[in-house]
Amino acid sequence: MCGIVGLFLKDKALEPRLGELLTDMLITMSDRGPDSAGIAVYPGAHEGLAKLTVQADDPARFEGLGAAMSRALGADVALRVKDTHAVIDLPADKVAEARAALKSLCPEARVMSAGEAIEIYKEVGLPGDVAKRFDIPHLTGSHGIGHTRMATESAVTTLGAHPFSTGMDQCLVHNGSLSNHNSLRRKLAREGVSVETENDTEVAAAYLTWKMQEGHSLGEALESGLEDLDGFYTFVVGTKDGFGVVRDPIACKPAVMAETDQYVAFGSEYRALVNLPGIEDARVWEPEPATVYFWKH
Amino acid sequence: MQRFDLEANGLRALNETLQAQESQTNETAWEVVNPRGSHAIAVGLDAPLDVTVRGSTGYYCAGMNQQATVRIKGSAGPGVAENMMSGTVVVDGDASQYAGATGHGGLLVIKGNASSRCGISMKGIDIVVAGNVGHMSAFMAQKGNLVVCGDAGDALGDSIYEARLFVRGEVRSLGADCEEKEMREEHLEILRDLLDRAGIDARPEEFRRYGSARKLYNFDIDNAY
Repeated sequence: MCGIVGLFLKDKALEPRLGELLTDMLITMSDRGPDSAGIAVYPGAHEGLAKLTVQADDPARFEGLGAAMSRALGADVALRVKDTHAVIDLPADKVAEARAALKSLCPEARVMSAGEAIEIYKEVGLPGDVAKRFDIPHLTGSHGIGHTRMATESAVTTLGAHPFSTGMDQCLVHNGSLSNHNSLRRKLAREGVSVETENDTEVAAAYLTWKMQEGHSLGEALESGLEDLDGFYTFVVGTKDGFGVVRDPIACKPAVMAETDQYVAFGSEYRALVNLPGIEDARVWEPEPATVYFWKH
Repeated sequence: MQRFDLEANGLRALNETLQAQESQTNETAWEVVNPRGSHAIAVGLDAPLDVTVRGSTGYYCAGMNQQATVRIKGSAGPGVAENMMSGTVVVDGDASQYAGATGHGGLLVIKGNASSRCGISMKGIDIVVAGNVGHMSAFMAQKGNLVVCGDAGDALGDSIYEARLFVRGEVRSLGADCEEKEMREEHLEILRDLLDRAGIDARPEEFRRYGSARKLYNFDIDNAY
């Protein structure tokens, strides 16, 4: 069991409340996944800029990292530390260079996400505590997805928590378990796509990234996932300007969606949606099995 | 009518109060407000109560019901009226997966759609769905009636033992050992009565009947893998 929440805002007036609304939804899903929690948000891109979200168990490791990175890249870099995570703002054309530099400047740091808009925060612990540590209620953005984890396929660690990001501005959360993730991991390795953890969900995320690198849209990648991913899953995915949902054909893992003029929302259970503005008049439905749903700004 | 605020007083108090009602109680009419998708609302009732839940419910609403009528003025989460023994459960909106699972008796009415596995392993319950049902509905059904006024998804009645399945719309596919059967006058009678009790205006003659081909009753070596 795990809990998933997602919110894709259509009404810009709600953007300052994204973190607050997602946190409330996430905490409601605590009893579906008390091990770990995580959230991905898209606060909007700035022309020519990108960002890396990095994690280190000891935040003291981030001291001086901003200045060191700036020197290594020969460009302006800003570093914002939030508990065990830090967001590094840097020129968009320096992402690959920054990833390489990070390995020597701060070997303990792991990259959680890279992209023009995405930021990911995830840790072991109760969802309410994780949200507090990263001050998630004050995050703003156009869309975001969150996950509460009850681990089944790999250990309870920060890196095993969701969301997973395997491509620029992409992220994925999962409720379920995949049964062919080892063979798929080997297949992806042959295609040059590396997966960092033992986690099954990361393989699914990497699979979608690979399909998109091959030139497919996210919708098409999700469609082919229905053929190639074996197991139980409800996935919610995010891209820079999009938000998608797909369930496996058996559809054991619960899912409820709600749509109004202001937003599209996803919850593992209806409980997660009850505090959203205007939910009383929202169109509420259960997404169909083996059907790809996708929204774009 | 007694009014119970679930948010203010909690689930345990609600179920204890309702379960404590004697069969001769005069306090039969109850209203539950602020359900907010909570799980296990009004479960294990065993008195002729009439409980109205004002909003949508989470998992297992009205599970194991006996005698009582439970009305959900919203949609129901997974496993509504699971293992119902008798009484009536009416869902005004949609029902999530395995509605009425393993039910032994009583009537479950869903005025919207039901999703997958509606009536799985039903054992005597009657289920009337005004809309559609999802895949694997009436899987391993043993007894009772499932009436679908809309369409049925894949593998309807897979591995069915007995039970009558009535569908007015399209059936995407039939499951193993489920076949269309002749609709005789006795079946039209049963269907007319069920539609009438569910308050659904539909003509029994527009439905088709499905049931067990009874070919899985005995071991057949050709069915072994």
